Amino acid sequence: MLRNAWIIPLLPGLGFVAVLLFGKRLPRKGAELAVATVGASFVLSCIAAVQWIQRVDDHSGKEAVGGFGRALLPTQEGGVTAVERGFTWWQNSNVKFGVGIHIDGLAVMMLFMVTLVSFLVHVYSTRYMQGDRRYTHYFALLNLFTASMLLLVVADNTLMLLVAWELVGVCSFVLIGHWWEEKPNSDAAVKAFLTTRTGDVGLMIGVIVLFFAAGTFNIAVINAKALDGGIGHTLLVVSAACLLIGIIGKSGQFPLHTWLPDAMAGPTPVSALIHAATMVVAGVYLGARLYPVFFRGFSIGDGGLNAMALIGGVTIIIGAVLAFVQRDIKKVLAYSTISQLGYMVMALGVGAWVAAIFHLFTHAFFKSLLFLGAGSVSESGSHHSFDMKGDMGGLRRYMPITFVTFVIGSLALAGIFPLAGFWSKDEILVTAGQTGYDAFLYVGLIGAFLTAAYMTRCVYLTFFGEFRGHGEPHESPPTLTVPLIVLAAASVGAGFLNAEAFGIEKFRDWFEAGVSLPTLEHAEFDTVKAVISVTIAVIGIGIAAYLWFQREELGPFRGFTQRNAAARAGYRFLENKYYLDDLYEKVIVGGIKGPVARASYWINQNIIDGVVNAIGRGTAIAARETYDVIDQKVVDGAVNGLAETTGETGGLLRYVQSGRVQRYALTLFAAVGALSLALWLVY
Amino acid sequence: MALNQYLILSAFLFCCGVYGVLARRNGVLVLLSVELMLNAVNINLVAFAAFTRNIAGQVFALFVITIAAAEVGVGLAIVLLIYRNLRSPDLDRVDQLKG
Repeated sequence: MLRNAWIIPLLPGLGFVAVLLFGKRLPRKGAELAVATVGASFVLSCIAAVQWIQRVDDHSGKEAVGGFGRALLPTQEGGVTAVERGFTWWQNSNVKFGVGIHIDGLAVMMLFMVTLVSFLVHVYSTRYMQGDRRYTHYFALLNLFTASMLLLVVADNTLMLLVAWELVGVCSFVLIGHWWEEKPNSDAAVKAFLTTRTGDVGLMIGVIVLFFAAGTFNIAVINAKALDGGIGHTLLVVSAACLLIGIIGKSGQFPLHTWLPDAMAGPTPVSALIHAATMVVAGVYLGARLYPVFFRGFSIGDGGLNAMALIGGVTIIIGAVLAFVQRDIKKVLAYSTISQLGYMVMALGVGAWVAAIFHLFTHAFFKSLLFLGAGSVSESGSHHSFDMKGDMGGLRRYMPITFVTFVIGSLALAGIFPLAGFWSKDEILVTAGQTGYDAFLYVGLIGAFLTAAYMTRCVYLTFFGEFRGHGEPHESPPTLTVPLIVLAAASVGAGFLNAEAFGIEKFRDWFEAGVSLPTLEHAEFDTVKAVISVTIAVIGIGIAAYLWFQREELGPFRGFTQRNAAARAGYRFLENKYYLDDLYEKVIVGGIKGPVARASYWINQNIIDGVVNAIGRGTAIAARETYDVIDQKVVDGAVNGLAETTGETGGLLRYVQSGRVQRYALTLFAAVGALSLALWLVY
Repeated sequence: MALNQYLILSAFLFCCGVYGVLARRNGVLVLLSVELMLNAVNINLVAFAAFTRNIAGQVFALFVITIAAAEVGVGLAIVLLIYRNLRSPDLDRVDQLKG
């Protein structure tokens, strides 16, 4: 299966075509086809994962026999090698453009995670999107998205990666604007598209710079050259900076994070799949995939400060703070996603490669769990509203399964022992502390405090207190709750793959194997730091819970933001999202679009219209000449002449046809006689 | 007897047949003239067979006789139909194929 991993993205791709062509004629409107193809991909990914793990385990067994010990560098002699397969797509002199797959631990992990979450989201959507006006269309695009994301994961060159990257962007655009009839939704889709596109410019330049630096698009070669100094340091700095801009756009990092909360305009399963678990981590995946470029380009091994860690650290805090002032449950989760993506980028920036992808892995489970939980609440509890303050509250009594799974997801997100988030976040923090990035350790701890607090607020507003909505809230049907339970189980269990406290490092062993990485420090588990981080999270939960549960007693504190001028200013600052949207839309876009619009109007009127008119007039003249000369004289003349000649010939020949048999016979005999005479004369 | 005499007889009969076919107006007589031409050929064939001592000529003559019988069958049927449709065996009136 490892060599045939290209089938995994192909299946949902075929599913997309099939659903689009025949979906509407099927009994379940194409949903069954979409679920089946992604399900098959999931099964194949599981097989690939098992085979990969066997490959790694077999290998380490052999090494133990040989007495070499565990290889520090997988690319070094004796390490597990990645499975590569490809062919040349086209060739221009010496430059080859390949198409192929590159399967290593990272790719296998992503294949498993993406197909699992995608499969659950597909199942969930069959119920959640029931009766939707574009049901078939929705499933087709969900399939296309899955196919593109899987293609991004298996791509063996930056060109394929770029194509897949744009494809997921397009799917994200279309699915955010799924209900485009409402203006805010289509605005959100356009905003998401344009903002990520801003980052994609950086990615594209980075890919081009890397191509000229390394002479190839092949990722393995680029990584090898970056590691052994085959690419100059200046070029690495430039390309790493450009690629980082791509990561900032796609993974919602400060300052291009503004599209992600607006992207919540799309259907909730889309938010869970694309804007929490998969597409937004594409940036982090890119960082992990081309890690040698970043590692050398930003000199990550030297400690201190670098752009990547700085961006990640800033994003953790600004995302988490904004999550406090949201009324919309999905926006809380969106800002939380931004903040958690900040953790991953920061982890890459401080040299914690394993911790970054481990956090990517666990975050996918608990964040899609939280999104699907929010969807379940809106479906069965709050009449399709996501307003926590207006339409929710007290739902724990009506929706026990959703409540329990949501709390599990929140605790995992907050990093409470022993749930998945604890292990991955702790590993990031510990590594940051040991690789000389102490400042980011503290940023991470503040982030953990804020995360715990805003999730407590979110859980309180949704599930505790009095029900503020209308109608009869009830538990969701099994199609919605089963994916929640599966993801909740994953959120509890996924962390134990790399529970260093118990000496388990399976995740690192399996999924670091085959990836070309610089020599990295593997931080040891630190009980003190773990206890501190959990304590901080518990304090965060405690303070938030105290403020919310006791707010009747805390009379003077209520309305604090209305009465105190400084607090009010701060609140307004947060409510307006640091005025970043205003900066982008009014100052930058507004400043550019006026002159650009005028210039394009002038070009349109004078140049393009001139060309078009000239072509039009020229065409008209040519057509008239063609009619007069060629059509009327040449073509018509030939046709008429032919007809007349035929008629005249016929008129002459009609006299021969007298109808008298004996005259015909006379002709016959005369001819025979004449021919015989001729024959006789000749011989 | 010499071959010449047979050939002269045959040529005479053939010319009579040609004249009959081209000049006669009655369909039945035209058919009879065709028979004359065929038999002129037969005489020719048999004469040459005897002269060259080759049996093939006689075999051909037998074939011609057979085909002549069939031809007369068809020809008489056609003449009969002409007569029925036009109330006369006159071939000059059969000119519907005139161009």
